[in-house]
Amino acid sequence: MPLDTITPFTPFASALGGVLIGLSAVMVMALFGRIAGISGITTGAFPMRLDDWDWRLAFVLGLIAAPLVVLLVAGTPVLQTVPGNLPAMAVAGLLVGLGTVTGSGCTSGHGVCGLARLSPRSLVAVLTFMAFGFATVFLLRHVF
Amino acid sequence: MRILLGFASGLIFGLGLLLAGMSDPAKVLNFLDLFGTFDPSLAFVMGGAALTTFVGYRLVWRRERPFVLSDFQIPGRRDIDAELVVGAALFGIGWGIGGFCPGPAWTALPLMTPGILVFLPSMLAGMAIALWAKAFRAARA
Repeated sequence: MPLDTITPFTPFASALGGVLIGLSAVMVMALFGRIAGISGITTGAFPMRLDDWDWRLAFVLGLIAAPLVVLLVAGTPVLQTVPGNLPAMAVAGLLVGLGTVTGSGCTSGHGVCGLARLSPRSLVAVLTFMAFGFATVFLLRHVF
Repeated sequence: MRILLGFASGLIFGLGLLLAGMSDPAKVLNFLDLFGTFDPSLAFVMGGAALTTFVGYRLVWRRERPFVLSDFQIPGRRDIDAELVVGAALFGIGWGIGGFCPGPAWTALPLMTPGILVFLPSMLAGMAIALWAKAFRAARA
């Protein structure tokens, strides 16, 4: 399936998926007292960087296990269309890595946990990455 | 035990991403394509997640300390600095090119598409470079 074809609007499944993400963020706060930001959990999952890296590595392994659990339960793999322009994906990955660490958070840390904390820094971060995301897709799909 | 609880938290987060459709770059890029094949679904993901977290955090914070570790570590900064804005902008550009943010990048790994096998190591390299740069600036300050 080409990338710029319509994807079905799924308000109920998406809201329910959002509730699960929120439950996970609440679990991480209740159990570990930490923000469930995936960029922070990823950098903190490397051994020795922080003294409580172990649960972060386990969290990342849980993320990786999720599509395998779906495959086992549903019998079909998760539907996914990944861009195939590999040089572009290398640049995209580099920017996401640089940006989330420099900006102290990503969609989960700022977008979910930060907004739930009513953090002004997170609100500015969310508005900024959304604006640049919209602008980037507009330029790539409708200008160039 | 804390390993198991960490794993369970990550698994629930990942299942949420998959159910929500946020794990699919096609859906993410359509959400960002306001003037094309716009798909507003991801606004419902953010809404559902932020509302659940808003209520849940306030219940959890009635406790003195978390169940496993000894203290709550909640960011206290309220200043808006250049690092925050420039970092978020770079992240937004990368998100708009690849359709992946860090969580969905991990859930996409087992499907082993060429795109994620390039994106994920690049993301980890970017994180390592930014951590190094932060440490370098901190050492000079």
